[in-house]
Amino acid sequence: MDKLRHIFKLLCFSGVVLLLSGCKAVVLDPKGWVAKQELHLLITAVLLMLIVVVPVLVLILVIARRYRSSNKKAKYTPDWAHSNTLEAIWWAIPCAIIVVLATITWKTTHKLDPYKSLAVGGKPLTIEVVALQWRWLFIYPEQNIATINHIEFPANRQVQFLITADAPMNSFQIPQLAGQIYAMAGMQTKLHIIADQPGTYQGRSVSFSGDGFSDMKFTVKATTDQAFNQWVQSVKQSSNVLNDETYRKIAAPHEDEAAQYFASVDSNLYHDIIMSYKMPSKQPVAVNATVKATQITN
Amino acid sequence: MLEHLIFGKLTLGDIPFDNPIIMGAGAFMGLVVLAVLGSLFYFKKWKWLWSEWLTSVDHKKIGIMYIILAFVMLLRGFTDAIMMRLQQAMAYSPHMGYLPPEHFDQIFTAHGVIMIFFMAMAFVFGLVNIIVPLQIGARDVAYPMLNALSFWMTAAGAILINVSLVIGDFAGTGWLAYPPLSELAYSPTVGVDYYLWSLTLSGIGTLIGGINILVTIIKMRCPGMTLMKMPLFTWSVLCAMILIVVSFPLLNITLFMLFLDRFFGMHFFTNTMGGNPMMYINLIWTWGHPEVYILVLPAFGIYSEVVSTFCKKTLFGYKAMVYATMGIAVLAFSVWLHHFFTMGSGADVNSFFGIATMIISIPTGVKLFNWLATMYRGRITFSVPMLWTIGFMITFTIGGMTGVLMSVPGVDFQMHNSVFLVAHFHNTIIGGVAFGLFAGLNYWFPKIFGFRLHEKLGKCAFWCWFVGFYLAFMPLYILGFMGMTRRLDHYSAASGFHPFLVVAAIGAFVILCGIIFQLVQIAVSIKNRESLRDVTGDPWDGRTLEWSIPSPAPFYNFAETPVVDSIDPYWKEKQEKLSHPEAVKKPVYKDIHMPKNTAVGFLIGVTTGIFGFAMVWDMFLIAAIFGIASIAIIIARSFNWHIDYYVKAAEVEKTEAQIRTSVETQTQVV
Repeated sequence: MDKLRHIFKLLCFSGVVLLLSGCKAVVLDPKGWVAKQELHLLITAVLLMLIVVVPVLVLILVIARRYRSSNKKAKYTPDWAHSNTLEAIWWAIPCAIIVVLATITWKTTHKLDPYKSLAVGGKPLTIEVVALQWRWLFIYPEQNIATINHIEFPANRQVQFLITADAPMNSFQIPQLAGQIYAMAGMQTKLHIIADQPGTYQGRSVSFSGDGFSDMKFTVKATTDQAFNQWVQSVKQSSNVLNDETYRKIAAPHEDEAAQYFASVDSNLYHDIIMSYKMPSKQPVAVNATVKATQITN
Repeated sequence: MLEHLIFGKLTLGDIPFDNPIIMGAGAFMGLVVLAVLGSLFYFKKWKWLWSEWLTSVDHKKIGIMYIILAFVMLLRGFTDAIMMRLQQAMAYSPHMGYLPPEHFDQIFTAHGVIMIFFMAMAFVFGLVNIIVPLQIGARDVAYPMLNALSFWMTAAGAILINVSLVIGDFAGTGWLAYPPLSELAYSPTVGVDYYLWSLTLSGIGTLIGGINILVTIIKMRCPGMTLMKMPLFTWSVLCAMILIVVSFPLLNITLFMLFLDRFFGMHFFTNTMGGNPMMYINLIWTWGHPEVYILVLPAFGIYSEVVSTFCKKTLFGYKAMVYATMGIAVLAFSVWLHHFFTMGSGADVNSFFGIATMIISIPTGVKLFNWLATMYRGRITFSVPMLWTIGFMITFTIGGMTGVLMSVPGVDFQMHNSVFLVAHFHNTIIGGVAFGLFAGLNYWFPKIFGFRLHEKLGKCAFWCWFVGFYLAFMPLYILGFMGMTRRLDHYSAASGFHPFLVVAAIGAFVILCGIIFQLVQIAVSIKNRESLRDVTGDPWDGRTLEWSIPSPAPFYNFAETPVVDSIDPYWKEKQEKLSHPEAVKKPVYKDIHMPKNTAVGFLIGVTTGIFGFAMVWDMFLIAAIFGIASIAIIIARSFNWHIDYYVKAAEVEKTEAQIRTSVETQTQVV
């Protein structure tokens, strides 16, 4: 028995070490208010369920061992098949847990609604996001700049992402800061996040969208207000501008992780990308590009 | 012009001769087919194959064919799984693994489709087909010809998906082919068309099968078997079949609409011209979520039978079990949106579907407690089916917990589309469905074939699957927390995913050992069938009607229509026999009404299969010929009045006497 306990301890220990040594369990290491709330919720839900799960797992093993057919000392009641009390208990316990969990769910789902602006972080900084094949275009409408696969914003200020796609459906997520939301063509979704401390975080598409999906990543840098302003100025020094013509180039299928910067953006571009899916006269760039690409290969 | 009508888009260039992996797999499949055909010629078994199997409407034979199909597809689907695990274990950039993304995409799509539609569904239908009529004291299903048709259409779908491996390509969209990715604009090759036609054929087969079994259970129970006296397996199948009848039309129509988009340039689900992909995602999951319960409910039924038999106890809380099963079936239709909380539905909608999802865990939990209570104060024999059941109880508890966890939208926003989700649904589908099917196969095998499966090899198979499962999927839970997204064909070495993926790959190989043990188990059991022969027809001291007849079941199942008055009729009969041996009545035989064999099911399977292939490649002439042929066969069939015959009472008596004498001689030998 002692030996077993020893092995068990060793296993637990090595499991924890394995987890920590990576130190990359991003979901368990949140750096923003939203992600922290979500982790908190995850832990609460797990603990609530363990109230039932642990006893059940123990009971399965104990009962299976005790009532093995070779153990003739154990009681045997072949016709015992009903008990109001027992059944009431095991309908009631899961019900009670689900009532608690449901209440928590209702409250947190409203609190963590990604469309709702956060109670913290002041006036939001808006970033428009376009999922392309297979990279991310970010437009800062207030700063009139745009980037590909890299964003920066001040920590402790809330950021509002307006998200669409000029591509098949994708999903936008920065796990250390918040959960995801889909990016869909012709439509707009919203996500509010905040970074609690400066740092570099990873973001990526988490909904499969075709061949180049695996590299559809971007980097997120949370800085200070001052550093952010400096960064905006440096982007404005870029020789690239984002207009209809350059957009057509970047919206064609690419498998390229490199960041790019644009000193200015057509103010209607984001709106036009969404509307191109609504109006028959305007063919969306992505659809056109893919069809053309396949015509060439055929 | 004529060339286009016959060959459509198909050219020699569509066969990927330059891809050694695909060509190797194709050559292997070709060799297997040649070996089967060759041995049929060599042993001159064509006539036997035609009259005993291809044209058979015997529910037991159709069930066996379903299970063979399921095992073949398990091998194919598992090969895909091993390839994915190897790729992910190798592809930490700058290493890119051995599969290019467009091949990897097809593999994970094919893996999902094959495992769900052609492995799990086929296996469920195989066991349901064989066992349900035996449990309710019926001589066949309600519509024997349609039963054959269901099977052959499912087989046609399965063949179509395997043809796509060699001729053309398969969908690289994920197993539910979400538009707009699956629309012509983003998937211009025939891959998605293969997907659509393969699932349409098997979907129609499943729908017909569902109606068939549903009517069988409702109308063909033996005298005295009221609904509340049905065995629990039959109950859970009844619920699953209701789910099929309600949900499969949704699948078929949704896929048909996607076909209209791709073929006629319509705009149901495109993201342009007023189409809406979100509609497809809703529709496909209103089928997709009930589908999960279509698979798992029959498995729950199997566990109920196994637990009660191997603990030698009446199943605890029969009524609660029935209500719980029915409750799960109803709730199954109210939770589909939890597959896409992250589509932006808003907090009210998400909360509703999240809470509805959690509520399902209540009846499921009750079932688990009832199984536990059945084991409590029982006499548990750890036979192979019981091992699978205990393995299930442990594994499914964990899978259920991670499921409820993800039903909380706030948590789902983080875990959705990660490999945590992949681990969760394998946790429930392997731990819940596959374990149940294997338990069922080991449990009912003697009834189907007349001999038991080798016990030790069965245990080896179980332990490999059990350990392999934990090795393969626990790392995925951890990787989910590390932010690993599903469907990645490579990832950066800095992510730290690699060691966990190596463990997962090792786990997959342990499961492979389990599958090999299962195949060896079947082979060894066939070889030693004489020593494993089940002479009594009741090898496990069973409780329900199927154990009251000889093994293997005679083609008419029951010589005498049984009459029941309790939940475990055969158990009760045995008890009464013990206390009043003199009260046993001599059987009175009557003529038995049986369906005649027919080639209709097989022929429609062939014609619709070719029709599907022709539609994939725009071969309009061929499509027209075989489409019309399928309909013509059905019309011709409706003019055939000679579809049944009677087995004379004298013949029944003779057969029964023969079975008895052979049993007696064998008992003496043993």
